[in-house]
Amino acid sequence: MMDFLPLYLSIKLAAISTLVLIGVSAPLAYLLVHVKWPGKSFFEALINLPIALPPTVIGFYLLFVMGPRGWLGAAWEKLSGGGLLFTFTGIVAGCIFYSLPFALQPIKAAFEKVDPRLRENAYVLGLSPVATFFRVIVPNSLNGISAAAILSFLHSMGAFGVILMIGGSIPEETRVASIAIYEAVEAMDYDNAAKLSLCFVPISYLFLLFVNRLSRK
Amino acid sequence: MSLQCKLIKQTDYFTIEVDFVCPEEKTLALIGPSGSGKTTIIRMLAGLHKPDRGRIECGGRTLFDSENGIHLSPQKREMGYVFQDYTLFPHLTIRENAGFAAKDVQEADYLLDYFGLKHLGDRKPHQVSGGERQRCAICQALAKRPRLLLLDEPFSALDVVTRRILRTELKRIKGERKLSTIYVTHDIHEALFMADEILPVVDGRIERDWLEKIISPASSSGAQTKALREPKLSLVY
Repeated sequence: MMDFLPLYLSIKLAAISTLVLIGVSAPLAYLLVHVKWPGKSFFEALINLPIALPPTVIGFYLLFVMGPRGWLGAAWEKLSGGGLLFTFTGIVAGCIFYSLPFALQPIKAAFEKVDPRLRENAYVLGLSPVATFFRVIVPNSLNGISAAAILSFLHSMGAFGVILMIGGSIPEETRVASIAIYEAVEAMDYDNAAKLSLCFVPISYLFLLFVNRLSRK
Repeated sequence: MSLQCKLIKQTDYFTIEVDFVCPEEKTLALIGPSGSGKTTIIRMLAGLHKPDRGRIECGGRTLFDSENGIHLSPQKREMGYVFQDYTLFPHLTIRENAGFAAKDVQEADYLLDYFGLKHLGDRKPHQVSGGERQRCAICQALAKRPRLLLLDEPFSALDVVTRRILRTELKRIKGERKLSTIYVTHDIHEALFMADEILPVVDGRIERDWLEKIISPASSSGAQTKALREPKLSLVY
């Protein structure tokens, strides 16, 4: 009998990460595209580091940041009383950092494509920058935002190295499908590994097809 | 509402240095060749560009004063602005666009009816013609009930016939609403038709004798020269 729990955990992780990522990336993309501030290019390069770094390296640094002595781990412990490492919340936080560039880039590209005169027209018509963001920029960037959501979802679904480093493999908590597949192969349980792997293929294919359609619009 | 301004701004090619007044309920046309700084001037008035130095006063309110560090945002200037190209919001219908900043929904409906767009209210901007889009842009600017209307070559992308119809419609409603208007154009006939006063702008400066220079008796027809001297009687095409 196949254990669907890792797949459920993967989908839950991807869904939560995607929601947070879109909420974080949209205002961040606005700040990068429309607001001038010192150190912007340095900040952007820092955010995009997960594209260039191996997941294990990211996971290694996240271990420190999210550990009890790290600033994020310590702050979380003060707030919730519990730790971040080897918890579901911890792998969500790791996934958000790891997938941020994949959410940010399509949204940023979509914001750049919005005619700047639309923004100016909204300002002249009396809209504040925040209202302009919600009433003009976001509705005219829906394709980019949808593409970002899909890419973030798929990227979070497939995360392995980072999750292994900061979450380990705790059943019902951090043992997501990608880790379960790895462990099944290690244990020579090829039947379960094949079934779990097969679940990924149609999901990823359909989502990518959808992204391609969106990018053509 | 009258507008007084003195603006200085360094651009890549020249320094804009203008000083003019738009009297209450009058239309002032800024005319000049392409790249002479007309659009930059009108954008400074709207708050979309910041002058290096100067002062803008509109109906007793100071909108910009470099000496006292005043620079009101476009949102606070209470002006209507019609852009050169179509700047309707593509995700909204014609009705939603017209009423985007309307203080009163009925106002937008009235304007749509006035400009003959009521039957197109449910369409998106890409589903109507260029003339209809620009009519809607005028509705959008007027529905806000601005104190001053700024028009940046609003009909330059339209064909001659549509342009003539639109400027007649615009002139009528402008008169009805007693709006002060600043109108940017490079079309002398349009300026003569729309404006009470014409201000030629060349390389960022006001050159009052520019019109006389380009349409001198030696280089133009008698009708054009007469039109310049008697703007109220002119509509030469």
